[in-house]
Amino acid sequence: MAQTGRPTQLFRNKSAKIAAIPMVLTALVVFVGATLWTVFHSFTKSKLLPSTKFVGLDQYERLWSQNRWLISIENLAIYGICSMIFSLIIGFLLAAMLDQKIRFENTFRSIFLYPFALSFIVTGLVWQWILNPEFGIQKIVRNLGFENFVFDPLYNPDIVIYGILIAGLWQGTGLIMCLMLAGLRGIDEDIWKAARVDGIPMWKTYIFIVIPMMRAVFITTLVIIASGIVKVYDLVVAQTSGGPGIASEVPAKYVYDYMFKNQNLGQGFAASTMMLLSVLVIVVPWAYLEFKGERSRG
Amino acid sequence: MADASATNSDVTTMSGPRGRKPTRMLTPRNIMLYGTLFVIAVYYLLPLYVMVVTSLKGMPEIRLGNVFSPPVEITFEPWVKAWSEACTGLNCDGLSRGFWNSVRIMVPSVAISILIASVNGYALANWRFKGANIFFTILIFGAFIPYQVMIYPIVIILREMGLYTKLSGLVIVHTVFGMPILTLLFRNYFSSIPEELFKAARVDGAGFWGIYFQIMLPMSLPIFVVAIILQVTGIWNDFLFGVIYTKPENYPMTVQLNNIVNSVQGVKEYNVNMAATLLTGLVPLIVYFVSGKLFVRGIAAGAVKG
Repeated sequence: MAQTGRPTQLFRNKSAKIAAIPMVLTALVVFVGATLWTVFHSFTKSKLLPSTKFVGLDQYERLWSQNRWLISIENLAIYGICSMIFSLIIGFLLAAMLDQKIRFENTFRSIFLYPFALSFIVTGLVWQWILNPEFGIQKIVRNLGFENFVFDPLYNPDIVIYGILIAGLWQGTGLIMCLMLAGLRGIDEDIWKAARVDGIPMWKTYIFIVIPMMRAVFITTLVIIASGIVKVYDLVVAQTSGGPGIASEVPAKYVYDYMFKNQNLGQGFAASTMMLLSVLVIVVPWAYLEFKGERSRG
Repeated sequence: MADASATNSDVTTMSGPRGRKPTRMLTPRNIMLYGTLFVIAVYYLLPLYVMVVTSLKGMPEIRLGNVFSPPVEITFEPWVKAWSEACTGLNCDGLSRGFWNSVRIMVPSVAISILIASVNGYALANWRFKGANIFFTILIFGAFIPYQVMIYPIVIILREMGLYTKLSGLVIVHTVFGMPILTLLFRNYFSSIPEELFKAARVDGAGFWGIYFQIMLPMSLPIFVVAIILQVTGIWNDFLFGVIYTKPENYPMTVQLNNIVNSVQGVKEYNVNMAATLLTGLVPLIVYFVSGKLFVRGIAAGAVKG
């Protein structure tokens, strides 16, 4: 359909062009326009209302001198790295176990994946309740006789982010498992047979043959996890509201609070631009690799 | 799988009934495997169990026991209270308000976003015009932009349109942010339909909309179901857009739930909170368990590029 020149082509494509108007508007107005608008205004003096008075990097300097922002970044880094490592490991192990031609595979898969259907708000509230030191896990272990047992991640500023991580992993690993399972199923049965004939133990086959073959799946999964992590917001709001104190703040919450609660738009714009930057750092190299791969393939 | 049991089962399956079921269940390897899977399954089910049992207990029982103890005396009062009496701010008409708000947000959002995205994907797959791929690329990259970057300009746009804090404004927001993934989903699906069909229809004189409604639509019902599942759960579970683009009386269920549970005033009624949480999670859970494999297909399509 690439050829042009026939007079009817232009007329026929009119409907297609009309149908594509929402997409064009979304792409240009929201994804390009709104993003540029925010990036531009992050260099301005915007406070209660957006302003166009240019102040250079002032907002960024203030941002990086805020203790709350530094804590947010630190939390995001801990949460991000842990959740990437653990969800990849757990997701892959679960997928590998489900790939052993077991019975009840569908049942197990449904169980591991159902948390993913729940919202972060529901997830956060359930885990807030389970981790409640008065009634939850701490109480149970104490009842077993360990009177001094302490497990109150949501009330301890030092480890609160790990409390959130537990909930986040519970919610998200099912998805990773599904992606990994799809990757494992995409591997040729003959490779397994060949490895078996050669007498290579199963774990070695996984580590030295299967996982390297699933490189693309791993990279895509990592990009999905990473771009999701930057957006973490609801989970923290539901589970701790950023507390105790500001110990579990995250960048997305910083943005929301400064834009809609503290009436300090400039800070919100600067913080969200930093979030955009971190996503670009992840997505651009990935897109570049993907694009290059596609080119050489086709 | 180099151990003896695997080779044995291979031999036996050749002569016995076909299929891949392992013939001997009680090998050490199987005990380990199923044992591990069972323990993990219990862990994943635990929060659901905790929600259910807590919501069926009375407050005195909760204070005495722990989160895992089963209810001695089952009461449905927390459910009634969560649904029709729980307070958020000045409103004390329970989660039912949020539920109906969510329904009023979800139904038009799902319908409009899927309608637009399917026509869009169809145009991209079969009626490619100059520049179409540029917009599509922007759209796909847009899916990675953190929402926080775009939320404020959208507030301004909606305010200019007079839709800020209105449900219709939120519907537009959901349509816009659902577009990348849905368009990708439909574009890939329509691209997989043999082009001969499309060409034959054109020879017969069918136009853009004719082909869409008479050929593409009837052939692609499964992908519509996948899209509906994706959107219903996604929009129902949304919190950020709900809290930004609506006002308290229009808050969707997730926002209201969070306000009920995390309100600082009053005595904490954990059983009511858990009943409310379970009520909010019920819609996506039902969608999940009813849709089964289609849900997996939806998220796989949502997660992996086509």
